[in-house]
Amino acid sequence: MFEDLSQKLESVFKKLRGQGKITEANVAESLREVRRVLLDADVNYKVVKQFIDDVQKRSIGQEVLQSITPGQLIIKIIYDELVTLMGKTNAEMTDSPIPPTVIMVAGLQGSGKTTFCAKLAHYLKNKGRYPVLVAADIHRPAAIDQLEMLGNQIQVPVVTDRTRRATDIAAESIDQARKGARDVVIIDTAGRLHIDEEMMQEIENIKTKVNPHEILFVVDSMTGQDAVNTAKAFLERLDYDGVVLTKLDGDTRGGAALSIRAVVNKPIKFVGVGEKLDALEVFHPDRMATRILGMGDIVTLVEKAQAQFDEQKALRLEEKLRKAQFTFEDFLDQLREIKKMGSLQQLLGMIPGIKRLPINAQVDDTALIRVEAIIQSMTKEERQKPHIINGSRRRRIAYGSGTSIQEVNKVLKQFSDMQKMMKKFSKGKMPRMFEGMHFSA
Amino acid sequence: MGFLDAFNVSRLKEGLNKTRTNLLEKVQKAIHGKTRIDDEVIEQLEEVLIAGDVGVQTTNILIERIRDRVKKERYENPDELNGLLHDETQKLLLNGSLEMVDPSSIPQNHRPHVIMIVGVNGVGKTTTIGKLAYNYRNSGKNVLIAAADTFRAAANEQLEIWAKRAGVKMIQQSQGADPAAVAYDSLKSALANNADVMIIDTAGRLHTKVNLMEELKKIKRVLQKLMPDAPHEVLLVLDASTGQNAIQQAKQFTAAVGITGLILTKLDGTAKGGVVLAISHEFDIPVKYVGVGEKIDDLQPFDRKAFVDALFER
Repeated sequence: MFEDLSQKLESVFKKLRGQGKITEANVAESLREVRRVLLDADVNYKVVKQFIDDVQKRSIGQEVLQSITPGQLIIKIIYDELVTLMGKTNAEMTDSPIPPTVIMVAGLQGSGKTTFCAKLAHYLKNKGRYPVLVAADIHRPAAIDQLEMLGNQIQVPVVTDRTRRATDIAAESIDQARKGARDVVIIDTAGRLHIDEEMMQEIENIKTKVNPHEILFVVDSMTGQDAVNTAKAFLERLDYDGVVLTKLDGDTRGGAALSIRAVVNKPIKFVGVGEKLDALEVFHPDRMATRILGMGDIVTLVEKAQAQFDEQKALRLEEKLRKAQFTFEDFLDQLREIKKMGSLQQLLGMIPGIKRLPINAQVDDTALIRVEAIIQSMTKEERQKPHIINGSRRRRIAYGSGTSIQEVNKVLKQFSDMQKMMKKFSKGKMPRMFEGMHFSA
Repeated sequence: MGFLDAFNVSRLKEGLNKTRTNLLEKVQKAIHGKTRIDDEVIEQLEEVLIAGDVGVQTTNILIERIRDRVKKERYENPDELNGLLHDETQKLLLNGSLEMVDPSSIPQNHRPHVIMIVGVNGVGKTTTIGKLAYNYRNSGKNVLIAAADTFRAAANEQLEIWAKRAGVKMIQQSQGADPAAVAYDSLKSALANNADVMIIDTAGRLHTKVNLMEELKKIKRVLQKLMPDAPHEVLLVLDASTGQNAIQQAKQFTAAVGITGLILTKLDGTAKGGVVLAISHEFDIPVKYVGVGEKIDDLQPFDRKAFVDALFER
């Protein structure tokens, strides 16, 4: 389902190709597809509407750079907008000058609060803090046992009291933390529906009683359109300081992140990326934007190509190509440029339409490493003038790079093929370079 | 209503009521003051469906069908839109759907009737099992629960509390045990004790985790060593607040263990669970139950007519 989206966008882009400026007419079709992408990613429909309007306003009249198509430029604008909307990477938490710092965790049932509490305790412990976990979920069967077991796993004490109300447990835990020389108190609360008045009152009471320095709202990243309602309702009652997105290790596109950011102006601080207790990461808005767009791979490629391939170098290289002076030195440069962009497999995956090509696009990155090693085992002279590499030099290169003579031969052969090919399209532009690169170990 | 008396039907209505008023109000607002189904009505209808997590693709299917019918049958009155929508929506759910589930009638040709419960983390599997066991026991069945979530901390403890509430037996091993072994031992015991129903709880797992999906397949395989046609039902539990990712969940779980039915939980919130339309339509999987609260009698048989009625009542 998602793959045909990127195909669709591609065909939209095709129509846009060769048009120098973004106009109302040529942007409309792209934005229709983008709208669908966002809705499929579970971004709230109202948020999508507003977002698309904003992007349209921003896009019209923009000059299209020569290196990318108007469609790609729109995607880039959208991507930038998304990143901005989702805020900065920010896992800073309010720290109380007088310990302990009290953190309260709230959310719907099944959003992953208990697991997050344990992960957060683990994270803080690794940062040299002395956390204590508080089991204030007295409603769900065995929730207390669960937190106790998790605390045990990470060697963090857990405050429990099976006879008292959640409010009292929470309030008392702070004294206990102080006595036990603990500087962070993490309070796990019961999952509750935002429309459950009784339960919302309970958590409000806990807040009033313990006055937490930090309240985190935990939300399942697979949440659909309803995310805005719950995020708003919890904000009204608790005025939380940050959001935690859980279960991002699945394949959800996570549009809820954008929806929530759009309706509540609170940073997303952490993301849960697995069941293990160290599977907690600081939120990265750029990664999230890519994910929500789904075909954000195109963005990444555009961005990376723009950032890494500096124009000057490319010009120099083109010059060399034209004069057929491409050496192993340049080749090595190229290899490194490519490596900067990520793995070859990733890179190939980013190229729109590659999945539909009949060729088997499986690429082995280790092959590249070996090629690099071989080139590095050459002398400067050999790199400039590969024709001087005779039998004994080949043996030395193979020995030096830990490969075989056969492999060295292969690289030399491929290099000379490449040189020939480059002469053929030396009039062409840089990106076409990639076409000539077929390596196998 | 017959066997439905075994359930507290008013709670179902209560739970669905929020779904109904939310969507209904919007549709009514959309058609208010209009004398025919124009593009604006369609557009607003689209918004209503999207807002209910029905998803773009299924919304488009629905709207196309409505457009077609408007064209062919010359519906001119927008009041008829609700009826049309009702009709077409029900058709999506009808596709491959079975009749309502009757907990008191399980197939006669095998004992025990083995039900495996699967789903991603946090959707409410364990709670649902408690409720399901309670329903079966209430209709006089001898029920056994197999605690095959050996991964999550305190999963056994949680299920045990539910088993006690439902008044049924439960078989468990220590945390970290092989879930397939738990399932196998439980089925052995169920066979020996002539249990009518055996319900297997499994650990929550994201459908993208290959190893964990393999583990589910293994549970199914070992069950079949004792009982070739087991499990008789594999129910996927979905959280009503989940968006379009539920489609991927249904797809992957179906591929791994062959889902025979859905249970939609947490319908007592404001989420609408519209994604089940897409799933039911795309994979021909019926929705069997809905969860409408945290109490033990809060699991209700899914009545698609009532569900759609509630969504788009005239």
